[in-house]
Amino acid sequence: MEKPTNQRAWFLVLPVLCVVALSAVIPLMTVVNYSVQDILGPEQRLFVGLEWYRKVLRDPELHGALLRQLVFSGAALAIEIPLGVALALGMPQKGLRASACLVLLALPLLIPWNVVGTIWQVFARSDIGLGGVLVNAAGVPYNYTAHAFDAWITVLAMDVWHWTPLVALLAYAGLRSIPPAFYQAARIDGASSWAVFRYIELPKLRGVLTIAVLLRFMDSFMIYTEPFVLTGGGPGNATTFLSQYLTRLAVGQFDLGPAAAFSLIYFLVILLFSYVFHTAMNAADAGRSSR
Amino acid sequence: MARIELRGVAHAYGAAPSADDDYALKPLDLVWDHGRAYALLGPSGCGKTTLLNIISGLLRPSAGALLIDGVDVTGRPPEQRNIAQVFQFPVVYDTMTVFDNLAFPLRNRRVERGEIKRRVEEVAALLELTAELGRRASGLGAEMKQTISLGRGLVRKDVAAILLDEPLTVIDPHVKWLLRRKLKQIQGELAVTLVYVTHDQVEALTLADQVVVMDGGRVVQQGTPQELFERPAHTFVGYFIGSPGMNFLPCSIEGGAAVVEGRRVPLDAGACARAEAAARAGGGEILLGVRPELVARAAPGDEGAIEVEITAVEDLGRHLIATARLGERTLRIKLPEEARGEVRAGDALGIVFPPAWTTLYVDGKAVPREEA
Repeated sequence: MEKPTNQRAWFLVLPVLCVVALSAVIPLMTVVNYSVQDILGPEQRLFVGLEWYRKVLRDPELHGALLRQLVFSGAALAIEIPLGVALALGMPQKGLRASACLVLLALPLLIPWNVVGTIWQVFARSDIGLGGVLVNAAGVPYNYTAHAFDAWITVLAMDVWHWTPLVALLAYAGLRSIPPAFYQAARIDGASSWAVFRYIELPKLRGVLTIAVLLRFMDSFMIYTEPFVLTGGGPGNATTFLSQYLTRLAVGQFDLGPAAAFSLIYFLVILLFSYVFHTAMNAADAGRSSR
Repeated sequence: MARIELRGVAHAYGAAPSADDDYALKPLDLVWDHGRAYALLGPSGCGKTTLLNIISGLLRPSAGALLIDGVDVTGRPPEQRNIAQVFQFPVVYDTMTVFDNLAFPLRNRRVERGEIKRRVEEVAALLELTAELGRRASGLGAEMKQTISLGRGLVRKDVAAILLDEPLTVIDPHVKWLLRRKLKQIQGELAVTLVYVTHDQVEALTLADQVVVMDGGRVVQQGTPQELFERPAHTFVGYFIGSPGMNFLPCSIEGGAAVVEGRRVPLDAGACARAEAAARAGGGEILLGVRPELVARAAPGDEGAIEVEITAVEDLGRHLIATARLGERTLRIKLPEEARGEVRAGDALGIVFPPAWTTLYVDGKAVPREEA
């Protein structure tokens, strides 16, 4: 059937276009504008082309921050996704206990991010913090302000504590939407609990897990507040991630041009990774039904 | 091979049932023979799915015992019973192929590989799924998925009975009858016991050798479709089976005949006496029941003819449904299409309640025709 052409339909999209232009395109374009100019003063600017991009891409400090960022996001995903699913599987299905579990689980999500950083900064201190003192008392030398490894563990532990509940809540909602007939059929087919997880629960969770992976990847890749409060990027540069380095560049040193170029590259990297995750997880699904 | 026996089986979903109403399934005794098709028929919430889940082991009854081939299996989980169950909504394992779906119950039971392949191919041929064996199950249509669910039941060699819980609800009407026919054919070929839950009387009557009519957690009557039609043991059966349902008219007994709205209906004297006795013993009102199909038009000079006034006639193509008034009561009469034009709204019509097809009911229950 041939579709009728109706150009007037564009008018219906116009309001959305205006909103998107104001909220996203115009701010983004100012950044693009900065990234190709050297701004010397309010009235003094110089067009430098792709110079800032070249400079930023060759910056060894940025390479370090990017590598740390990738390791951090990878570790966060590798811990939080399985742990979240495991929590969801272990939660009671209904009744008062289910509600209590949900509320407890949601608590970390309700705490402002800088407060999360502060809580952990105190909690993990090796002189007065409950966590830090206990670990040291157990005979493990631990001091996150002095040792890079300890700082990493602390930042990761904080992120896991803060964000695993989100994965768990998503997975829990996904599990609750599986019709009971699937479990009943599996019992009659004599399936083990591993088979139930592998062939019923995991495939049915694909949708919510895609969302969980995307959300957690994007968020962890942009992490700023919590490590800023907790370690300030230290010791040394050990926990300086991309956002912190960017902030230092833009606000600390006021290098607007390189910072703008950096921002755009940062944005494109997140976009690229999200796209790859999304297509990979969807392709796994599509491969199933088309074969 | 299975003979299913229920002894005093009852179920309550609440923790501590005390009143009769707490039971979704009231105590019942039933025996189902091997290799026959049974339908559990009843309105929503009558306990038919509860009964089915008790047989498959998904539910453990609050009371009573379930025997399969004389062995008490009440406490056994579903995987230790040789029972297959197909659910209302098709259950397939999305990430598996059709072959793997069918092989799943066998693999879980550690059946040897060559045997699995042989069984799956056999069942696929039976269900006409051979061409689809390599396909992913997730992309298939609802009727194909439901066929696979059925196949997962049939693939087990030792399967004693197949339970189906309204399996055709989500199937398009034009393929429903195809699947129903396939089911009937397979049941005949494999001589497997089939228990089919439905609220659709046509489905129940066409598929089953024996129909078990349930209402409010009780079995109201079990019988062949013909028995249910001709001899409803309970007013509920009369009203639930048949379209339109049975006519029930309050009557009194006078001198060995029923009297409806002042008109004498000659009936078997023994039945009348038993009805009177039952009513006097606290049964309450006596109802006279007759199927709309079995109300006869009176020939001139017929003894016991009653005159009714026709208030409406519905033409259903192959037959007519006339609504008639007898005093203050309304009844329906099913007439052959030849009567078109002869019977019109506003006319008077002479009818006869044939004694052979007219039953008296006291307290909802049919009064027996013969001496007990």
